[in-house]
Amino acid sequence: MKVLVPVKRVIDYNVKARVKADQTGVDLANVKMSMNPFCEIAVEEAVRLKEKGVATEVVIVSIGPAQAQETIRTALAMGGDRGILITSDADIEPLGVAKLLAAVVAEENPNLVIMGKQAIDGDNNAVGQMLSALLGWPQATYASAVEVSGSSAKVTREVDGGLQTLDVDLPAVITADLRLNEPRYASLPNIMKAKKKEIASKTVADYGVDVAPRLKVVKVTEPAKRSAGVKVETAADLVSKLNTAGVL
Amino acid sequence: MAVLVVADNDNAHLRDGTHKTVTAAQKISGDIDVLVLGKGVSGVAAEAAKIAGVRKVLVAESDALGHGIAEAEADAVLTLAGNYDAILVPATSGGKNFAPRVAAKLDVAPISDIVEVVSADTFTRPIYAGNALETVQSSDAKKVITVRPTAFAAAGEGGSASVETVSGADAAKTRFVSEEMVKSDRPELAAAKIVVSGGRAMGSAEEFQRVIEPLADKLGAAVGASRAAVDAGYAPNDYQVGQTGKVVAPQLYVAIGISGAIQHLAGMKDSKVIVAINKDADAPIFQVADYGLVADYKTAVPELMDALTAAGK
Repeated sequence: MKVLVPVKRVIDYNVKARVKADQTGVDLANVKMSMNPFCEIAVEEAVRLKEKGVATEVVIVSIGPAQAQETIRTALAMGGDRGILITSDADIEPLGVAKLLAAVVAEENPNLVIMGKQAIDGDNNAVGQMLSALLGWPQATYASAVEVSGSSAKVTREVDGGLQTLDVDLPAVITADLRLNEPRYASLPNIMKAKKKEIASKTVADYGVDVAPRLKVVKVTEPAKRSAGVKVETAADLVSKLNTAGVL
Repeated sequence: MAVLVVADNDNAHLRDGTHKTVTAAQKISGDIDVLVLGKGVSGVAAEAAKIAGVRKVLVAESDALGHGIAEAEADAVLTLAGNYDAILVPATSGGKNFAPRVAAKLDVAPISDIVEVVSADTFTRPIYAGNALETVQSSDAKKVITVRPTAFAAAGEGGSASVETVSGADAAKTRFVSEEMVKSDRPELAAAKIVVSGGRAMGSAEEFQRVIEPLADKLGAAVGASRAAVDAGYAPNDYQVGQTGKVVAPQLYVAIGISGAIQHLAGMKDSKVIVAINKDADAPIFQVADYGLVADYKTAVPELMDALTAAGK
């Protein structure tokens, strides 16, 4: 069974995003970039499926600038077999990404796509669902447990108020939530090995997909700042202040 | 120009997110229909019909819809999509699960988690965990939008819309197996007026229950937790407030033993009044707190309980 894992290069999750003074976007110059944390979890899950003998090949795909190759290398060092880099300097919206991934799926014919539930830059939480819709495959989003058996997968999902378990026919799209697993750190030998793994170099034009943006970014601003309030000395003082504020 | 609002419901009751999404819809058009998806939802439809400003309520039912299967939900919406210029869905885990499918099938860009309607084609949404706000203008003829409920006031009651049945939908390749919902008498986290959250300082699940839950019950509050507390197993995952958990904006948010990581602040910084209790005076949570108490929660929380009792709570 072949598993395809799309990954995204984003601002490192420990770095606070700063809005550019001209309000055109977030300043990414000289900012540490890493693999989106949810994508890491997806890679880990795919590699575990391979280690369990369920998956035979794990293919990593990324759409982004040339540096996204580093993100693919990270995934290969974790245990991915080969990569596909679709270079694009322009930011592609979720609809365009889903269409590109659908074209990759048509070429690669995986039995399963596992990807992060959302990227921590755009916070859209949309591509997995859109890819599933375009392919006509079932979806299981926000996965906290995945069990593949034969021609279907049993997926436990984190939903508002608790957990839901679905059984989906394969091929399917699964999106990873935080508690699915704890991604491994790649070992030095595996990082060295990953350097020799193949990464196919593609461009958006190779797939003949229309990725023209549908949304115009009018502006990007900083949210209103909350200022620190007052320190209170005692719990009684706190309660009297809250009573005055009328929130109790 | 007509708008379809997809109701947030659990088959038995209409959730508050629906009313808030109707408010967002009113900023786009006055012609608003509400679609109730589920199974055995006549009660929900009757509640939806009472929302002020709703033209009619449409009801689609099937087993798959009753279990919130995304494929069925998207198909049910797509059957009706031709009649509307915009489709608005509350940005709950269920809404976010199917709305992008609708957008993909209509070949439009979904607009996720909006916090403001600037005009009928321009919307503001948080990106980078709420560290930036992006205003986008859509060039698509039809808009598919998820709405962050906490960013809008709830539409009032007093309407008397007609209720109509429309065709349901199924999902051939997806089967519901089971669900495990947390039962609680406390208010729902996302809709609560007061939230009491605990952090990693609690040190254990027992301590979390011993300290946080009685205080929450005294205040009639929902219980939340930081990601650190959830990751450590002190609190269940659905308590998690933050970028990767729930976004809340209650009247009062009480953070106990929470340092205030960026990802947690993203989930609660729009609360009206924030109280922080932490023994570390330099904890980042104090930078957003209206009232800070620098103290060990072990002494501060019992004192707070006593002070509340003394104040008649």
